[in-house]
Amino acid sequence: MAVEMLSYIERNSTVHKLTGATKLVCFILWSTAAMLTYDTRILLFLFIMSLMLFKISKIKIKEVSFVLLFILLFLGINNIAIYVFSPQEGVKIYGTSHVLFELIGRYNVTLEQLFYQFNITIKYFTVIPAALLFIVTTHPSEFAASLNRIGISYRISFAVSLALRYIPDIQRDFWNIARSQQARGIDMSRKEKLPTRIKNIASIIIPLILSSLEKIETISNAMELRGFGKNKKRTWYSMRPFQVADYLTLLFFTIMLCISLLVTYHDGNRFYNPFINM
Amino acid sequence: MKKTVIEFTNYSFTYRSQATPTLHGINLKIYEGEKVLIVGPSGSGKSTIGHCINGLVPFSYKGNVMGSLTIMGKETKEMDIFSLSKMVGTVLQDPDGQFIGLSVGEDIAFSLENDNTTHKQMLETVNEVSKMVGMEGYLQSSIHELSGGQKQRVSLAGVMVDKVDILLFDEPLANLDPATGKHAIDLIDRIQQETNTTVVIIEHRLEDVLYRHVDRIIVVDEGQIVADMKPDELLSKSILDERQIREPLYVKAAKYAGCRITEEMKPALLETFDVSECKKQINEWYEKVTIPHAKQEYQPLLELHNISFGYQQGVETIRNVSFSIHKGEMVSIVGKNGAGKSTLTKLICGFEKPSSGKIMFAGKDITDDTIKERSLRIGMVMQNPNHMISKHMIYDEVALGLVNRGVPEEEIKERVEKTLKVCGLYPFRNWPISALSFGQKKRVTIASILVLEPEVIILDEPTAGQDLRHYTEIMEFLVELQYQGVTIILITHDMHLMLEYTPRAIVIAGGEKIADQSAASVLTDYEIIQKANLKETSLFELAKKAGITEPIDFIERFIVYDKEVRQTWQ
Amino acid sequence: MKGLSIKTIVAIGIGSAVFVILAKFAAIPTPIPNTMVQTSYAFLALMAVVFGPIAGALIGLIGHALNDAITYGSVWWSWVVVSMLVGFLFGLARTKIDIESGIMNAKKIITFNIVQVIAQAIGWFVVAPTLDVWIYAEPANKVFVQGLVAGASNMVTVGVIGTILLFAYAKTRSQSGSLTKEL
Ligand SMILES: Nc1ncnc2c1ncn2[C@@H]1O[C@H](COP(=O)(O)OP(=O)(O)OP(=O)(O)O)[C@@H](O)[C@H]1O
Ligand SMILES: Nc1ncnc2c1ncn2[C@@H]1O[C@H](COP(=O)(O)OP(=O)(O)OP(=O)(O)O)[C@@H](O)[C@H]1O
Ligand SMILES: [Mg+2]
Ligand SMILES: [Mg+2]
Repeated sequence: MAVEMLSYIERNSTVHKLTGATKLVCFILWSTAAMLTYDTRILLFLFIMSLMLFKISKIKIKEVSFVLLFILLFLGINNIAIYVFSPQEGVKIYGTSHVLFELIGRYNVTLEQLFYQFNITIKYFTVIPAALLFIVTTHPSEFAASLNRIGISYRISFAVSLALRYIPDIQRDFWNIARSQQARGIDMSRKEKLPTRIKNIASIIIPLILSSLEKIETISNAMELRGFGKNKKRTWYSMRPFQVADYLTLLFFTIMLCISLLVTYHDGNRFYNPFINM
Repeated sequence: MKKTVIEFTNYSFTYRSQATPTLHGINLKIYEGEKVLIVGPSGSGKSTIGHCINGLVPFSYKGNVMGSLTIMGKETKEMDIFSLSKMVGTVLQDPDGQFIGLSVGEDIAFSLENDNTTHKQMLETVNEVSKMVGMEGYLQSSIHELSGGQKQRVSLAGVMVDKVDILLFDEPLANLDPATGKHAIDLIDRIQQETNTTVVIIEHRLEDVLYRHVDRIIVVDEGQIVADMKPDELLSKSILDERQIREPLYVKAAKYAGCRITEEMKPALLETFDVSECKKQINEWYEKVTIPHAKQEYQPLLELHNISFGYQQGVETIRNVSFSIHKGEMVSIVGKNGAGKSTLTKLICGFEKPSSGKIMFAGKDITDDTIKERSLRIGMVMQNPNHMISKHMIYDEVALGLVNRGVPEEEIKERVEKTLKVCGLYPFRNWPISALSFGQKKRVTIASILVLEPEVIILDEPTAGQDLRHYTEIMEFLVELQYQGVTIILITHDMHLMLEYTPRAIVIAGGEKIADQSAASVLTDYEIIQKANLKETSLFELAKKAGITEPIDFIERFIVYDKEVRQTWQ
Repeated sequence: MKGLSIKTIVAIGIGSAVFVILAKFAAIPTPIPNTMVQTSYAFLALMAVVFGPIAGALIGLIGHALNDAITYGSVWWSWVVVSMLVGFLFGLARTKIDIESGIMNAKKIITFNIVQVIAQAIGWFVVAPTLDVWIYAEPANKVFVQGLVAGASNMVTVGVIGTILLFAYAKTRSQSGSLTKEL
């Protein structure tokens, strides 16, 4: 299939050896920190640390490059859009205006705007490696068990597991239906007009959806027959026991979150302002 | 007196969407520790009986229940599905529903997880059970990387981890290669003996189940029980024959030869089947039957040149396979579960692209042709019917290809109705597909390809889960097409089907072609049989027992004779 | 969450998987740049109407988050939250439409479309931009325009394809006692 998807990459590394639950909690702590802060120093620190984690995980950049390209493209467009819509956003936030050069009307380039957009970019950059890392180092089987472990009800955790289990199946169904429609004469070429394209897409998605609804029926029957939901709790085959490294990692990430929040909010402002003394 | 574990009394059931009952007036008792086999035509209500036992009827499939059904002495209507699931373990017929876990290990452990089993205990049980079904090397594999047969083994393991009183298998052999099928029956037998579980098996492959002792056979027809007796007794009567259910071949042959089968001959088990009395008759019959010899001219139509392919990088599922199929030929492709047979057909139809090699059609290279281009000449019926069905109603599904090709409505109607008749679906033409039994569903997919009349038809396991009558009708129709010049490729685990219809067989093992020769000679080559998990048919054994020196000839003559007899059904 | 039946759990799981696949493979590019006809939201609407608001919310949440994760390697929480909210709001039309009855009529379609337009207006015009401003400190006018475009195109998609899906599904609810063999 032409479309690549990100999935678990088997490796023998310290990051892989941590339990899924640890990684999940750390990922949440990390995201919280990255979401709340706008302090350039913290963001840079998080960014460098995530690069280090990447190194430890033995995942090669090449293996995730298709996603990274995607993101770079997105960030590029996003940056342009921000500038087009709001060239003075930086000035508004930092309260000063150091003009580098003038363009037309309000479109001048200020140091503040550049710094603001640099911050936005780096902020996205701190979230991305952590999430990427979590996805490629956590086996999907362990994921549901981890959700349950951090307190989400096992029914909902299991729904996530089912989703992961059935994505390849539904994908295969999708192509099978597309192929069998093609094999029976529907033209899927991209040159068609929009209404025809919608009609063609409908000829795939309607059977896909109806057959999935039927699948729901068969699967819930099978689950019922094998006793799903009969107890208040359930155990997980793919759950691994906590090791010392897990506790240490959790401790480390908690401390990190606290420090980053302290540094960010000690002056009552999310933004780090280097222009204040300029 | 033995304890009754399952008891139907005047039991009837009507699915909510049906106007008439699917089961009516069932009376049936099954005792503790018994092993019972349920047989019957496709759509006769076998799976429905199974659903009553495990509680899907009426808790999940709604409808109207009359009469009573008790399991372990308790009325099912007053229980819920959980308390029933503690007593009954089920392997469902539909392979898509059976798999819930992400990996083989998880799936096997599923019901242990629900029981709150400790992690350590769970690993132990899973290891032990996966060894029993020969899947210990696959615990980490995800389900969609397995072949049809491997999946079935996992489902078997999934119910075996539970300590239940009743084990219910709905067509456990449908997708298994002959050797694995034997293994599965052994396995079920062993489990039953060790645990004294009551076992109910629903299966079309009667002969394969009889490979191990069975206490009783129940024959279902049109929602009623028409026979309930010991295998030896049943086989000595003509009940199966009258309902066009396939008897074990060796019994059939003996009957053709004019032997009177009695209970004392112990026909239920080939090993003990005593033919000393009628050796003479068998020999005489053997001498009498003649085979017509018709050799046809062949020209290559579909050629594969050094095809290799892998789903993932580094794993070659198909390795350097070459063969050519002639116009108007009927060929079978056989081999072990997971050998790569289905993969091969996907390559031929363009669903997957080979990593190297060339595919030629009528002398033209079609390796780069699109699915649509190929589909005009090659039609394929996939192994799993659920992968093909895209419409809600039967008629629409079968008509779909014709509609897309812009065939006039009148002609569509005529062609669709004709095909539906061939496939025994005409009475159901206005039904939604969801109200069909599994075998009927499979026939819908066969009909949807037959109606297009392609030059080459590939059928992946067309007869799995079909009864003899529909099997014959479909196969005879294919033979008719073949006479008109259509080329047919069959993928099958049924050795008798291979011998019966395809003079030539291609054997695949581990992604490679290991033989391409006459079907009969495949089954006399011990090495091929071993490598490809095949099995001799029971007719060999019978011929030997009767002192016939040329068992292959014996089989050929049986096939000719048998076909003639079955012609009279149409 | 003890109240969720097994069927609902499975519907959430399978529904999320279908959502992901539709978002990946069945998005149709339109002549307007950067705008896709997102068939996944039409599907979300159907699921919410069939299985209720909780299922709708969870399919939106899990489906969107998983899709982000496997496509971008990260999760844009602000928009995921919107999918969840929209799924929940769609589900509020469930009892009014009662699709299991197999009957669809003009009144039900109007109800459905009113609900879906309001739900998506709240989601895409208000919540999504607000969260974007708050989390990423993006310029307000930019994110509001983005929300406006996405919301409007989704409203049209759900209005057209969602309605078709509702009809297709209602048709599969065969009336009881209607099937007989016709020889
Ligand atoms: N879900 C359903 N809704 C309505 N009718 C059904 C349903 N399932 C089965 N039936 C009806 O019951 C009949 C018997 O179905 P069942 O699945 O029990 O057959 P079977 O003997 O197991 O056949 P097969 O050998 O093909 O699996 C079918 O012909 C169909 O008319
Ligand atoms: N979509 C897939 N992705 C990855 N591996 C696959 C896929 N489909 C099949 N395989 C693997 O390829 C091998 C061949 O599978 P295939 O389905 O062709 O076997 P088969 O000969 O048809 O077996 P069976 O008789 O059981 O149907 C198996 O080992 C299977 O695990
Ligand atoms: Mg059945
Ligand atoms: Mg196969």
